[in-house]
Amino acid sequence: MLTRELLVIGAGPAGLAAAIEAAKNGVKDILVCDLNMKAGGQLFKQIHKFFGSKEHNAGVRGIDQGVQMLKEAEELGIEIWLNSAVVGFFGDKIACIEQGQPDGTKKIVYMQPKTIVIATGAQENVVRFKGWTTPGVMGAGAAQTMINVNRVQPGKNIVMLGTGNVGLIVSYQLMQAGCNVVCIVEAAPGIGGYGVHASKVSRAGVPIYCSHTIKEVKGDGPDGRVSEVTIIGLDEKWQPIEGTEKTFEADTVTLAAGLKPVSDLVKLQDIEIVFNNAFGWVPVHNDKMQTTAKGIYVAGDTTGSEEANTAMEEGKLAGVSVAEELGYITMDEAKDQRDQIWDRLRGLRTGPFGEKRAIAKVVQMGKFPVD
Amino acid sequence: MSIKEVGYISHQELIDAEQDISAERYAKGPVAVIECVQEIPCNPCEDACKFGAIYVGSPITNLPKIQEDNCTGCGACLARCPGLAIFLVDKTYSETEATVAFPYEYVPTPEVGEEWEAVDRQGAVKCKGKIVKVMNPKAFDRTPIVTVAIPKEFADEVRSVKRK
Repeated sequence: MLTRELLVIGAGPAGLAAAIEAAKNGVKDILVCDLNMKAGGQLFKQIHKFFGSKEHNAGVRGIDQGVQMLKEAEELGIEIWLNSAVVGFFGDKIACIEQGQPDGTKKIVYMQPKTIVIATGAQENVVRFKGWTTPGVMGAGAAQTMINVNRVQPGKNIVMLGTGNVGLIVSYQLMQAGCNVVCIVEAAPGIGGYGVHASKVSRAGVPIYCSHTIKEVKGDGPDGRVSEVTIIGLDEKWQPIEGTEKTFEADTVTLAAGLKPVSDLVKLQDIEIVFNNAFGWVPVHNDKMQTTAKGIYVAGDTTGSEEANTAMEEGKLAGVSVAEELGYITMDEAKDQRDQIWDRLRGLRTGPFGEKRAIAKVVQMGKFPVD
Repeated sequence: MSIKEVGYISHQELIDAEQDISAERYAKGPVAVIECVQEIPCNPCEDACKFGAIYVGSPITNLPKIQEDNCTGCGACLARCPGLAIFLVDKTYSETEATVAFPYEYVPTPEVGEEWEAVDRQGAVKCKGKIVKVMNPKAFDRTPIVTVAIPKEFADEVRSVKRK
């Protein structure tokens, strides 16, 4: 059976940050596995300048941060397997990997690494309405991949559902790609994402309908594609108000209704999970990002969906902790590094947009058994 | 109606966030107008200003405050704001006209001399505007800064041009 000092599952911002930080602290023989054809996770879709502080590379576009991280990983000698999904997880940290081969085939390999960081990210939530399976209805993340990675317009006239930062940013980027955003629809009474993102789409003339949802999508376009979208107002109990319908011509509907952590691998090991309102089902972990299974760490959206900066900080925490567990740094050195990371992480979780996540994290970490 | 409900800010929200600029400062020439009224974890604007005119401090979620007398109107902060929420307003441009500079990341990029429709914070066309300056150096990292000249009375409203 193969072995490694550290196996990182997922080459997104959290996984790469974990591998880089572990390598910087002396960990050798690191492997990062990712099921995609390219490393970097969501970073290569994120053509906008990131928020945050200087330490978070604020003002640098996500795509450029991705390039920087891959360069750093390469310089540190970190091995990355692409097209390689971890499909099983047994016994004492034994991972079954479908290793992608250069000829496109896959080979099953087994690996028992000394430590593991699970950074498998999140997946988009679906919203069901009449006509939700019509061609042209897709996740906002899918639309973002189409325009920013594959450079294909998902459609011409787009109705966006959801005003979180994903909904607002992808709306903006769809217009940058030359699409028309007909309107943005939000079931809650207020816009979920940052006001500055909402302001960008507002001054581009995109109306935002709060307390509204999609009632029906008609598929009378070419090949049964979306042709018309009807939205309806909601009362304070989120119930549709008959007679408030508005109908728009559109060929695409993009759904940005939040993300849920991908924790399939977590559930295959004897790791405690907990449910909370901010994140859904997430693994219990401590301030080292260690799960309730020794040697297995988590980082990024797998532990509760936030954004790339927090994912990277969590990845760094996990990387430092792996180096500590393997004996490359002392407990005090590890603690010093983690304290600095935690200062920045707490900063990212302050303010009206961060408080709910900060509280959820405290509860999640509070479930970790005390020695 | 607040930005949370409609997606664009009102003048009152700028006043409440202590980000409104005094008439005296406007009379002295171009000045940065920051329209960032929610506590979000972000501070590149603070570093962008070499003159110490923008203060965020700690925690990072503090609203950015402009020390209007320190602002030289250089516009270096505009392309550095990831939220595209800083504008440069010059109410002294001419007897009848003011200029508003704003980040513009759509294509085509406006060109100097062209006439574009100038829009307010909700995208409504307010007037015709003449493009008088377009800056897009490497340091701006693909965020062109476009300056449009408009009748003075629209200086507090115009914040972009209508996409073509």
